[in-house]
Amino acid sequence: MNHIHKRRIYIIVLLAVGLGLAAGLILYALKQNINVFVTPSQILSSHLSPDYHFRLGGMVKKDSVIRDKKSLNVSFIVTDLKSEITVFYTGGLPDLFREGKGVVAEGHLDQQQHFIATQVLAKHDENYMPKNVAEMLKKNR
Amino acid sequence: MIQLAGQLSLSFALMLALLQGLLPLWGSYRDNPYALAAARPFALGQLALVVIAYVLLTIAFLNSDFTIAYVAENSHASLPFMYRLTAVWGAHEGSILLWILLLNVWTLLFILFEKQNSNLPLVLAILGLISFSFLCFLLLTSNPFAAAVGPQTGHDLNPLLQDPGFVIHPPMLYMGYVGFSVTFAITLAALIRGRLDANWANVARQFAIAAWCFLTLGIMLGSWWAYRVLGWGGFWFWDPVENASLLPWLSGTALIHTLALTEKRGTAKAWSALLALICFALSLLGTFLVRSGVLISAHTFANDPKRGVFLLLLLAILICAALFVYLIRLPQLSSPQKPFVPREIILLVNSILLIVAMLTILLGTLYPLIFDALHLGAISVGAPYFNLVMAPLVLLMMLVMGFAPFCAWQSQLVKRIWQLTWRKCCFCLLIMLIIWLQRMPFMTGISIGLSVWILVSVMSTFRIAPGMAFSHTGFAVFIIGIMLSSSLSTEKEVRLKPGQTTIIGPYQFLFIDTEGTSGSNFRGIRANFEVTKHNRHIVNLSPEKRIYTVRHMVMTKVDIHPSIFRDLYIALGEPYGQDDWSVRLYYKPFIRWIWAGGLLMILGGILGIIQNKKREEQNIHA
Repeated sequence: MNHIHKRRIYIIVLLAVGLGLAAGLILYALKQNINVFVTPSQILSSHLSPDYHFRLGGMVKKDSVIRDKKSLNVSFIVTDLKSEITVFYTGGLPDLFREGKGVVAEGHLDQQQHFIATQVLAKHDENYMPKNVAEMLKKNR
Repeated sequence: MIQLAGQLSLSFALMLALLQGLLPLWGSYRDNPYALAAARPFALGQLALVVIAYVLLTIAFLNSDFTIAYVAENSHASLPFMYRLTAVWGAHEGSILLWILLLNVWTLLFILFEKQNSNLPLVLAILGLISFSFLCFLLLTSNPFAAAVGPQTGHDLNPLLQDPGFVIHPPMLYMGYVGFSVTFAITLAALIRGRLDANWANVARQFAIAAWCFLTLGIMLGSWWAYRVLGWGGFWFWDPVENASLLPWLSGTALIHTLALTEKRGTAKAWSALLALICFALSLLGTFLVRSGVLISAHTFANDPKRGVFLLLLLAILICAALFVYLIRLPQLSSPQKPFVPREIILLVNSILLIVAMLTILLGTLYPLIFDALHLGAISVGAPYFNLVMAPLVLLMMLVMGFAPFCAWQSQLVKRIWQLTWRKCCFCLLIMLIIWLQRMPFMTGISIGLSVWILVSVMSTFRIAPGMAFSHTGFAVFIIGIMLSSSLSTEKEVRLKPGQTTIIGPYQFLFIDTEGTSGSNFRGIRANFEVTKHNRHIVNLSPEKRIYTVRHMVMTKVDIHPSIFRDLYIALGEPYGQDDWSVRLYYKPFIRWIWAGGLLMILGGILGIIQNKKREEQNIHA
């Protein structure tokens, strides 16, 4: 075994260790940071624990937006035309948030099966909604 | 009239592109000088025709010619003049036309600067074939000159795109994307000829750096636009569309570094050539991801599957052909066996880190698509993923970057490098300690310390290698900007009435009043704020809420008071009745450093091209 072979083996071992580490880190990070889209019907049919963080997708029900008189608290109902769920949020809503349009909210459920949103997304396109929500809406219409 | 002329010129351009692609290939196979010489006139002819088509579309926008469907979709009689010019590339069809136009511009640049290049006909042939496939795509699936159905009044340009930041962002970004196809063509031509020499590396590197500069500028402009227009004070959202532009940037950076190695030492040829192919593939993938609509809204893909499938097919054919040539030539690409020198090791480590970073982002971007394709459900990969995996990679990269100026092109003892750097290392560790003692987050301390490490280490190289010195300085400034702005920023969302005040950082904001405002295609409300610091007047800020009447789209127009060390950023939320408004305020220290860093990197790139050009001339004279 001459020095070239030795060097090659070192390089290969180093690469393998590096790749393994990187792959492990990446898979761990992916697992921690995936946001699953859930529709109101899916919430009611499955029992999600309050600490489960996910994205709720659906349509904002007409005339369901209620604003607090003093603070920035707001609540509205998200529907997929079959089931609905009340969402609580504190803060200004995005420009493209509109009653009767699609919305995606990120957050978790509380004990009373209300959705506590930490973020409301309706940023890029007023018709934006995840594919399964769009399909559900189409089916229930 | 315009429709017919536009269609005709595009069709003729398609024919010329095919001839430009096939004749020189045949000529090189048969050693026919006439066929080889035909490449240049065909390329110029194609350029002229594409320019005509582009100008015609622009004229259609200026005259609000709503008999053309694309114009009707993206313009309106009330659209201001400047945005009519930019609306040409505001949506899918026009931006593909812009892509083709820029490809032709790059072809022209190559013809102008590389007249003497012996591979000229082959390079033009490959560029011609790329242009041909995109023209096919344009004419078959997304014709910008298609006729509108029925009388139209125009749907107006998406208000998000009506911003000065957007005026030059897409052309710059596309200039970057498309520029990598020149590097690709140069490399593929060299592979076909079987001659990957120093001259190839030099020329390919110049075009790669030029494309990289444009791409950097495009990404910076995009982030500046997002900062000003989206109204959330962020400069980067790890949005799939943004990632699509970062992928070729990362591999392009790796390419520039390895090409330097190939040019100087004649090593790592296979790796450089592969990187050139990867850059081009990622540019195409970027175009595909952004333009097919698979990402932004998962359902548009289903609406028009033709486009997505066509682009994907195109991507597959071009990449497979290139890989085929690459694999055939691979056995001949063995580099001379030379002992490793430190500079070489550091450049290789750097390119591997960059490619790993690229792959992790690619995985995060495509993961939802893969998940969806396997019917496992709809998911999205959040920004924390990207931050988490990029952080260690960037830190390692910065550590390596700092050593670069001390590593010689000759063999050198590790001890010698240590002697050169240990004082600087200690200095940076001291800075890290000081930052940690200020109770700043751990990551901020490390990354600022490493930025300072890069800064002190490049100081001595500004005269010898200004390109590297400026771009590395730019990168350090960029990282400092990101870390300080993200750890020192404060934001606040409040509900205010006129006459009320709120405080953020050392600044006091007084809500004076609101007034109506209007423009040619919008109306809105402007709120006036007075900003004071310790009772001293700083500035008046007037954020707006606009409704673009044609699309009935509400937009937030933020107001920003920029300065070198901090930005004051204010966005108007929504009315809450009784004159109350929700208002978002941001105090963002050092945010300008991000874009300043980007500009420095571009300056470094330009200096690098000049240096490279000088070296090329020396090579010729020697």
